[in-house]
Amino acid sequence: MTRLATQDLIINVPGRSAGTALNLTIEPGQVWGVLGTNGAGKTTLLHTLAGLNAPRSGQVCLGNKPLSQLRRRQVAQQLGLVFQERLDGFPATVLETALIGRHPYLSLWQMEGADDYARAEAALEALDVAHLRHRLVSTLSGGERQRVAMATVLTQAPNIWLADEPTNHLDLHHQSAVMALMAEQAAQGSAVMMCLHDLNLAARWCDHILLLYPSGEACWGPRDTMLVPSALERLYRQRLATVEVDGAPVFVPIQAPLTDHE
Amino acid sequence: MVARLWQPLGLLALIAVAAMLFSLAVGSAQLSAAQLWAVVQGQGDALARTMVIELRLPRALSAFAVGGLLAVAGALMQVLLRNPLADPYVLGLSGGASIGALAAMLAGVGGVLISGSAFLGALFSTFLVFGLAHGSGGWTPSRLLLTGVVVAAGWGAVITLMLALSPAERLPGMLYWLMGDLSYARTPWPPLLLLIATCVLLIPLGRSLNVLARGPQQAAALGVDVRPLEWGIYIAASLLTAAAVTTAGSIGFVGLVVPHMLRLLLGNDQRLILPACALAGGTLLVLADTLARTMIAPEQLPVGVITALLGVPTFLFLLYRSR
Repeated sequence: MTRLATQDLIINVPGRSAGTALNLTIEPGQVWGVLGTNGAGKTTLLHTLAGLNAPRSGQVCLGNKPLSQLRRRQVAQQLGLVFQERLDGFPATVLETALIGRHPYLSLWQMEGADDYARAEAALEALDVAHLRHRLVSTLSGGERQRVAMATVLTQAPNIWLADEPTNHLDLHHQSAVMALMAEQAAQGSAVMMCLHDLNLAARWCDHILLLYPSGEACWGPRDTMLVPSALERLYRQRLATVEVDGAPVFVPIQAPLTDHE
Repeated sequence: MVARLWQPLGLLALIAVAAMLFSLAVGSAQLSAAQLWAVVQGQGDALARTMVIELRLPRALSAFAVGGLLAVAGALMQVLLRNPLADPYVLGLSGGASIGALAAMLAGVGGVLISGSAFLGALFSTFLVFGLAHGSGGWTPSRLLLTGVVVAAGWGAVITLMLALSPAERLPGMLYWLMGDLSYARTPWPPLLLLIATCVLLIPLGRSLNVLARGPQQAAALGVDVRPLEWGIYIAASLLTAAAVTTAGSIGFVGLVVPHMLRLLLGNDQRLILPACALAGGTLLVLADTLARTMIAPEQLPVGVITALLGVPTFLFLLYRSR
């Protein structure tokens, strides 16, 4: 089990002068939600945590080693990233797509073996896309492709999950199923961080929240201290009504002018 | 798993051997299967042996090597640029090589100097395109592609200018070089060894290329060191193309169409596609060259014309019935 930590991390968002230095520790078993407006830097943050973007300053540590000192292959054996956008490239079937999740574990001359196939099949099953295994990914709907992308990372079996809007394009049932899968991964000892636009999914499934403001400011902490209406209204510049369902807050945007902040 | 790779490759290898034998038997003097078998065993009459071993075999091997190099280079470029229209010539390589070769011909030198000059032209064009595409930021596939296309267009204009200014008696040789002509090939071994070495080196990289085909970020997230791999592909594809162009002039079409045909038939696993390209590209050019030197014998046709005439309908047919 590995934890992901940042030391004085400032992400590199073009045109932004500074921001809050992030000192985060994402422990195994935790589920973090990243909330912020469009362009606040949520995707940049996830890509920086995965080592795909260089930070403006500070560093990211995987376990007790700085990410910059690890080989990409070592990183990929521990950390998986679900992208928000995907290139189509050349046509590939659903099963082939899930199988590339095994890439970090196979040596140069090795072919995928029965075990790798079994993992890919199990992941497709878990994401409810096993019946599509021989279809070309380019022929699938947006939601099905999203689930195939999740299945690829599940095949990769990382113990740190970074998911960029994992519920994009998904119907309600599959949104819930994907969030349950993330919770299950955390319960088995993974650390999970995902960017979300749905406050109510964050309220129900995340135990820690990071709020990212367009200015680069950020604040983070346990869910109950972060998901308070005043902070969220300031974040989104949107009035919210709050009701409680099943012991969790539900936020509903309402048409009313903001009064308490500018 | 392994059978999935070896079955199609074995079949392609058999077809390649058959094409080679066909090319050895056919020509101004036809050999029967029995005569060819005798030559292969080291017997038969001396004239037939000289013809097969000293004339037809080196030329057929050269054709095979050049076709294989072009097809593998095309497959690599398509993965690198993630663009199905990429081929070894789209980045201006053949233009640079052509200028080198034509300049040597204009200067009146022959033989090795034409090849050497073509090779230098190809390398110059490679570095020019790469340097310009790099620009002040990093290079991206679309920027590399655009730079290459524009540089290639520039070379095209220079080639036309050189043809317009050259004396009439040199024109046929120049035009044949531009359409591809295997009678320029001297020894088949350098391109053939390069082709074999490339295939051996590429097989372990095939899975990384599969991941790279899904985009550099996805590849990096799955543990691929993207930058060195992309550089390596670019340099390898350039070298393969330069070697092919230097051996046989600029033969179009093989690098674009052979990888696509194979993708339509065999799927997109680069571990299968790259060696399959070497075999199928080689086979296509062996057949095309055999036709080029026999159809209106004793005259020869430019082999590039034949590759296009054979490949265009086959490719369109496969594309038409693909899902």
